[in-house]
Amino acid sequence: MDILFILIPLSVALALLILGALGWAVWRGQFEGVDAEAERILRSD
Amino acid sequence: MNQNSPPESALYNDTVVRQFSLMAVVWGVVGMLVGVFIAAQLAWPELNFGIPWLSYGRLRPLHTNAVIFAFGGCALFGTSYYVVQRTCHVRLFMGKLAAFTFWGWQAVIVAAAISLPLGYTSGKEYAELEWPIDILITLVWVSYAIVFFGTIGMRKVRHIYVANWFYGAFILAVALLHLVNSAAIPAGFMKSYSAYAGVQDAMIQWWYGHNAVGFFLTAGFLGMMYYFIPKQAERPVYSYRLSIVHFWALIFTYMWAGPHHLHYTALPDWTQSVGMVFSLILLAPSWGGMINGVMTLSGAWHKLRDDPVLRFLIVSLSFYGMSTFEGPMMSIKTVNALSHYTDWTVGHVHSGALGWVGLISMGSLYYLIPRLFGQKKMHSVPAIELHFWMATIGIVLYIAAMWIAGVMQGLMWRGINGDGTLTYTFVESVKATYPFYVIRVLGGLLYLGGMLVMAWNTWMTMAKGHSVRVPVAVPVAA
Repeated sequence: MDILFILIPLSVALALLILGALGWAVWRGQFEGVDAEAERILRSD
Repeated sequence: MNQNSPPESALYNDTVVRQFSLMAVVWGVVGMLVGVFIAAQLAWPELNFGIPWLSYGRLRPLHTNAVIFAFGGCALFGTSYYVVQRTCHVRLFMGKLAAFTFWGWQAVIVAAAISLPLGYTSGKEYAELEWPIDILITLVWVSYAIVFFGTIGMRKVRHIYVANWFYGAFILAVALLHLVNSAAIPAGFMKSYSAYAGVQDAMIQWWYGHNAVGFFLTAGFLGMMYYFIPKQAERPVYSYRLSIVHFWALIFTYMWAGPHHLHYTALPDWTQSVGMVFSLILLAPSWGGMINGVMTLSGAWHKLRDDPVLRFLIVSLSFYGMSTFEGPMMSIKTVNALSHYTDWTVGHVHSGALGWVGLISMGSLYYLIPRLFGQKKMHSVPAIELHFWMATIGIVLYIAAMWIAGVMQGLMWRGINGDGTLTYTFVESVKATYPFYVIRVLGGLLYLGGMLVMAWNTWMTMAKGHSVRVPVAVPVAA
């Protein structure tokens, strides 16, 4: 099961990247005013 | 060009969207035709005709690659390029690179269509294409990521609409999956050996395989769903908060489900258990997506009566819900002991593929194609209705036949007499399966027939329309 030496660190790194992306999103206000954002796609085009 | 028409930079780049949307329809017909043919071969093996390039073993990966990567892939490319431009209020980043992704992807498909019947295969499911084609896929995919994320980077609104999160996760995950699973040592022009071996290779393969389902066939198409259902229903997403929560839960959980393909194999027990547990957890975020999409119709259910496009989109979600319930159930080791290697697995795959992926793509393309040609609706709305019923009945025939066949096979294989000997020989289970293989061909023929109706409708819509040039919409202040 040597593959786990790659798979586990890779998966943990990936999970950390994903958490990082989540942190970026929260920090950059992606989750503010979401109700307006849901409507926005209906207005334009 | 008169002096009043806007410069190209102020228009959406819908050329590449048009190209991908039309090819999605074409490859849909091709992929489904191969599917019907190989289904027929399982019932009537004489249909091999003794010709190697028509043998089931070589045509099956042609079918899977054509429906997933050619049909599904073109639908994802086309819709993602359309959605990202409109939700970011900006023209597609690096249009020439986007054009390369179109021609490059078509080249991958053609290379697959030639190499697979010729017998060139790496033997890895949904990753059969040999190493030169894998390199081309990498080039196209990196370009795709640059175009898509570049467009987001240039957005005129701060918020990134939820559909783009799903598309983005799909693009990044597929890049990772492809690079890791396709790692191989070339041993000739179209021959290579996997970088991995034995049960380790199996684990890598099914980490890839299940994430291909989770990110290519699920996350990508959820991105499609989150744009085209609100647009067609003219209602906002039911709960935007839910869409955010289930997105993060989904992308985190999916990565761990792969071992459920390897229950009771040489894979360590604890790894199998991890796969089982995470597959069960996955039911929640999956159903979050289904509920969100279906409930978007809250207050607008009456639209389902008259709008077959909406029906495609909503019914796709019910098949999505069904498959994402069935999948976790089949991931339970005790259940899997019966279902593994049977046609129940095939039935499950196709309820997800024909029911969820197929119908959401068709509904989205029915929204998109007329608009790409300056119209509000497809040439014939009754033909959309006809397609809907053909597709749905086809799906039901297909999956019911496979459920019965699968459970029957599982029970026959484990039948033990009082003295400990097996009750049935393997070939007896094959004989018993025959009628269900015939029913499956019928179901597939109906589904393919529906796709042909769509191809006709698309042709007529294109013929009477014209490629429109749409100015980029200025975002309205929230």
